[in-house]
Amino acid sequence: MRIWLLAALALISTPLTAQSSGPPAPYANVQLEDPALEAEATALMHTLRCLTCQSQSIADSDAPIAGDMRHQVRVRLKDGQSPEQVRSWLVERYGDYVSYTPQVGSATWPLFAVPAVVIVLVLFALWRRLKGRKLRQEAQS
Amino acid sequence: MNRLAYLIPLGLFAFIAGLGGYMLTQAKNDTIPSQMIAKPLPEFDLPAATEGVEGVKQADFLDGEPKLLNLWASWCAPCIAEAPQLEALKEAGAPIYGIAMRDAPEDVAAFLANHGNPYRAIGHDDISAIQFELGSSGLPETFVIDGKGVIRYQHIGVIREEHVPNLLELLEQAK
Repeated sequence: MRIWLLAALALISTPLTAQSSGPPAPYANVQLEDPALEAEATALMHTLRCLTCQSQSIADSDAPIAGDMRHQVRVRLKDGQSPEQVRSWLVERYGDYVSYTPQVGSATWPLFAVPAVVIVLVLFALWRRLKGRKLRQEAQS
Repeated sequence: MNRLAYLIPLGLFAFIAGLGGYMLTQAKNDTIPSQMIAKPLPEFDLPAATEGVEGVKQADFLDGEPKLLNLWASWCAPCIAEAPQLEALKEAGAPIYGIAMRDAPEDVAAFLANHGNPYRAIGHDDISAIQFELGSSGLPETFVIDGKGVIRYQHIGVIREEHVPNLLELLEQAK
């Protein structure tokens, strides 16, 4: 009985140390009127890192600052900026860390170069092997 | 020679596993430094956070005097820990401008009544826009702004006693 009473009280009580006060920013949890633009905004939000909850994207996070970032994304897209402009606006302020989609840069180019180099090496090894086999077959026949 | 070649993948694996193991023993650094150092303050003009204080705008930082810009909030517990150090900075002559993030006027007033008011002016930002403009990701954070409105230094987290001389020194250098 008592436990139910406590549970009921827990439901109606507000946490003692609230994370922040005030309502969320206008476009934190409100979709844009234009569905195409909203789809672009959502796609972008999934690739931007929440600043306080660093393993979540701002689309996934309930943190107030993630809501404020979603507001920035939606408002900027509504103002006619492209998703990549919004991304670089954030990267300019927080560095590459804020973006989940790596951009080619002085520190990140190996990410893009190494797979290409590996494919070239594998093709080269394959070519040499096949050539060797062909030569041996010719020698046998 | 050819036999040893088979050890290369094993060696690579051991290297990567060892690196991973080593990284696990290292303390995680959660701070995201701002990339806005040495760049000018963005244009902003924020209303007063509560009655009896002035708002804060970019133009306040262009009068030739270096200043501290402190981002805080009445709901931010570490900001309480920081209050005595801000008071000490103020007493040492540092001009401190505050911006309260996502705050209510009555909460700001209560905080100031409880923990003192070291600020020359306190602006209010209810959508954290100034945080994004400054490349700040948490509270409290304190920026050293030189007399021309250029961001010189970012202090992430609570200002503890040992940080006070450094901040005063940086203000001196920013002249």
